[in-house]
Amino acid sequence: MASDAHGEETGLSFHPMDQFLVKPLFGTGEVHWYTPTNVTLWLFIVAAAIIALLVAGTRGRAIVPSRVQSVAELAYGMTYKMVEDVTGKDGLKYFPYIMTLFMFIVFSNMLGLLPKAFTVTSHIAVTGVLALAVFVSVTVLGFVKNGTHFLGLFWVTSAPLVLRPILAVIEVISYFVRPVSHSIRLAGNMMAGHAVMKVFAGFAAIAVISPVSILAVTAMYGLEVLVAFIQAYVFTILTCVYLKDALHPQH
Amino acid sequence: MEGNIAELGQYIGAGLAAIGSGAAAVGVGNVAGNFLSGALRNPSAAGGQTATLFIGIAFAEALGIFAFLVALLLMFAV
Repeated sequence: MASDAHGEETGLSFHPMDQFLVKPLFGTGEVHWYTPTNVTLWLFIVAAAIIALLVAGTRGRAIVPSRVQSVAELAYGMTYKMVEDVTGKDGLKYFPYIMTLFMFIVFSNMLGLLPKAFTVTSHIAVTGVLALAVFVSVTVLGFVKNGTHFLGLFWVTSAPLVLRPILAVIEVISYFVRPVSHSIRLAGNMMAGHAVMKVFAGFAAIAVISPVSILAVTAMYGLEVLVAFIQAYVFTILTCVYLKDALHPQH
Repeated sequence: MEGNIAELGQYIGAGLAAIGSGAAAVGVGNVAGNFLSGALRNPSAAGGQTATLFIGIAFAEALGIFAFLVALLLMFAV
């Protein structure tokens, strides 16, 4: 029903969700775990872009930085300050991991905005792995650092004694829902934004409203650039919050 | 009219789930608006609280994302 509403008489026929299809790079066979797909390609492009910025860009080590080097320094300084502010001084040991997460997410979000690009982070398979890695490592770290005191995270000592068992149940549920919301927030935002742009682009086929459609796509694109950065920032800062919970479970 | 009643239910359910996105928008707007009104009262303290702002927005938004997920599941998975 929905598929024949656009297409025939309008000339444009694409589905807004088509851009998220995982396709093999060569040929049109089935996708196995070893098949090079567009996901593989864009993961490599993301890695290459990060290396180009952070390794090749800072190669000169100039005292007066070049443009690329100052961007790299800005990214490094921002993440460093975020870890220091949210997690505290003892969280800085885990800064490399958080910097890796931030650079990967921000680059895959931003590169996904290029026309014809594939957004790696729009798939829950990718963000789920990132969020689960954070969840598992933070939980293990909490038990290693604090032993059984880590369970004090669920036993809210500031609440009245009667409420504590109920709060403990809620805290446990909210703890285990963390990787779900952590991963779906990123994937959902990326997927929804790109799908909305494609929906507006689909309206361009109708001559009367095509100027409105182009304006809407332009406006949405601007918003998406903002969202791509903010979602990477939010993912990273929530990782810092979870890390802080693991290091200091009392408060 | 073709199609079955289950498909009708899926589309109606997905549309109802979209209400959750609007509710999340109210929540996010509430967080940001309250931050702004607080920040204008005490601008010197606002800079240090942007991280808290984003965490609050992220938590408010998470539930809207869950509603979106329910809609997606109804449309494509069920």
